[in-house]
Formats: sequence, structure tokens, C-alpha cells
Amino acid sequence: MIEHPRADELIEAVAGWVESIRPQLNPRDAFLSRVAVNALNAVKRELIQGPAAEAAAVARLSALLGVEGDLKALNAELCERLRRGEMDVATPGLIPALKAGIEDQIAIDQPSYVSVKVR
Amino acid sequence: MEVDIPAALNALAPKLGGTGVEKAQRLTGGASMETWAFTLVGGGEPRPLILRRRAVPMDPETSRSASMAAEAALIRAAGHAGAPVAPLVRLCEPEDGLGEGHITGFVAGETLGRKIVADPRFDAVRPRLARQCGQVLARIHTIPMEATPLTTADAQGELDRYEAIYRSSGAERPILELALQHLRRNLPPPLPNVVLHGDFRNGNMMFDPDRGVAAVLDWELAHVGDPAEDLGWLCVNSWRFGRADRPVGGFGDYQDLLEGYIEAGGAEIPLSRVLFWQALGSLKWGIMCLMMYSSYATGATNSVERPMIGRRVSETEIDLVNLLEAGL
Repeated sequence: MIEHPRADELIEAVAGWVESIRPQLNPRDAFLSRVAVNALNAVKRELIQGPAAEAAAVARLSALLGVEGDLKALNAELCERLRRGEMDVATPGLIPALKAGIEDQIAIDQPSYVSVKVR
Repeated sequence: MEVDIPAALNALAPKLGGTGVEKAQRLTGGASMETWAFTLVGGGEPRPLILRRRAVPMDPETSRSASMAAEAALIRAAGHAGAPVAPLVRLCEPEDGLGEGHITGFVAGETLGRKIVADPRFDAVRPRLARQCGQVLARIHTIPMEATPLTTADAQGELDRYEAIYRSSGAERPILELALQHLRRNLPPPLPNVVLHGDFRNGNMMFDPDRGVAAVLDWELAHVGDPAEDLGWLCVNSWRFGRADRPVGGFGDYQDLLEGYIEAGGAEIPLSRVLFWQALGSLKWGIMCLMMYSSYATGATNSVERPMIGRRVSETEIDLVNLLEAGL
């Protein structure tokens, strides 16, 4: 992959430019420009963090399900078992595996998101 | 179809009691509905008004929105029931050239959720808001069902509806699957139905820094159902704006909400029932986010807002996992 510049640097540059023109925009476009910058930053995080997150998800789901496969296949198998009622909240390891996976995903999508704390 | 809103409002001004409009401006927010602020002039004191109109034609197959006519009837009925609303000025007619919409009075205050939870201007009133919301909901829930025709949906019906939307999206999301399964296995016992606002959350209310709740807005999702649905929806973490530690709208506690509800004549509702509907609310919002992404993926809309909303599914999933882990 070309590294001069890297893809994440290009994204960063575009996001910075959109930020810089926001003060000139009408309220609607200023709002959309904020959304656009959020989108660019999510793409940047996915480029950087996505490969490790995917590898971890494959290892985690393989262990949970006792089968091998790529992420798409493992994810589909997990969904199928949940639909058939073969797994539920009481299944050992299910909630921790789902939690670890979604923590990696939220770190890409919205790292500042504060999830519920239930007493 | 693009409509020249300022021109159409200008033409409508005589029917509103003025000669023209000034400062017509589209406000931010709202992916399916447009909100415009404008000032009516030529009829004495300039009068600030608000237009709400459907930005894209309603799809009766996928949308559960009440018609704007039903929304207008509800605003009137809610006012009579003692809930704070922006008074209805006009339900738009086809010849108004504004599409489906209505015009209401302007109520001063703040709607931005993050300001309500964090702006020092609201520090003094914030501790009272959860109780006020309980009181307002109790009044809304006394609206007579004959006020306007509305759809009815209980928890089972909501799960059926949103599962069907999720299935048709083609997405495979294990946390949504688990939440669907778990909520189906733990349906609360039935309660008498009431008229629900259907979208009662921080972001759909006008707050005044001195008085608190000044107006309940955005009645398009009103329907008939379980009173705990409205209370649970207000507590969905997606509209706590970073203040997950304050479960009611990012500004208050469950106990104040439930006590306010009883004080204003509402039934006693157990917290577990509110938590059930809060979890169902996170699930619904997650599936709505998927649906809004779908409208981009199929080419129905092209705004940058729509695909990015698809990346908010994960916030509902992390909340659902945490709720399920805690046993709801």
C-alpha cells in the first residue's frame, strides 16, 4: 500500500478542510458538515483499528461456536443459533463475547459514546 | 420535489392574518421532517411561527407516522389535557403548496439535548425535569382515544413490527437477535392502553431555563399502547447525550420520573416495566438506524446523514448488551 500519503492521512486532510469551511456554511450545511467529518473520522478509525478487531472477532466467535470460518460465516452462524433459540442470555461465554465485539465496534463508530451502567 | 418554502409561506400569509413572511429559515435536525422558522408580518406585531412539513412523501408500508392532520388533532387534544404544547395555527391544505404540514406558534426555549444536559443555563432547573416529564406524560396519557384515529401497538406488536423490518434489511446482528429473543420471552403483563406521544425524549421537547418543560413537540409517532412505553423511551441511552449516569433524558433519575407520573394522576408503574421498554426502545432505535441506512443503500435518499446514522446501530447494541448482562 502507498504510504506517501497513507489513506488515513488523506482522510484527515479532507476532514480538516471540511471543518475549516464550516463557519461559512448555512445552519443546515453546517450540521451536515459535522456529520461528514464524523463519517470521515469513523472511516479513518476503521482503517487503523478494523483489521485487528476483525481478527479478534474471528478468534472469539470460533471459540464460542466451536467452528471455523471467516467473520461473515461465523456471524451468520451465531445469528442462526440465536434465532433457533439454541443460545440465550444464560449461554456461558455468549454475553462476554458479544460485549468484547461491540466494544471494538463502538471504538470505531463512536469512541466517545458512554454506554448505560445498570446498578 | 423541491418546494420554494419562503415563496409558498409568503403566498399563505393572508390566511395567517398577515401580509408576508420574513426570515424563513430551515432549522437543523429531523431526517424525515423539515422544520422551518419564520416571522409573519403585516398583521400588527410580527409573529414568530413554526412550519413542520414532511420532507419526503410518507410511505404507508414502512412508515408508522401519524398524518399531519392527526398530529394537529393531537396537539389540540394534548393542550386540552393540560400538556404544554406549541399552539396549532394552521393545518396546511393542498392549495397552500407546502405539502403535508402544519403551522404552530413559536415557543421560546432550547430543544438541543446536549444543551439541556450540560449547559449551565439549565443547572438550576435540571433537577426538576424528570419529575416534570412524569407529570406531563401522565397528562398526555389522559388524551381521549377518540381524539383522532391512531394505530395500536403492544410490546408483542412492536417486536413483531421491528423484527420484520430487521429481517427485511438483510442485516445479521447477533445482539439484535439476542435482544429480540430475550424481550419476547419476558413480555410484561398487559396494562390498559393509553394514547402515547410515541417519541417523548430529550430533543423533542422545548425547555425553558426557568420553567423547565415549555412544549412537547414532534407528535408524528403518536399511537395507542402501554403507558410504560413513553416512560421507557425517555430513558433510552441514545438520548442521554453522554450523561449515562442520569437515566431520564440525561437529566434525571427514574424515581423522580415515576413519582411525577403518579402525582399527576398516572398509574403506579414498576421500574422493571420501564427498563423493559427502555431496552425495547434501544432495539427499536437500532433497527430504525438500520432502516435509515437502507434508504441510502437503495438510493431513496442521498444525504450524508443517512449512511452515518447506520453507524449508530452499534451504540444501541452496546447498551443492549449491558442491559442484558445486568438482567434488564
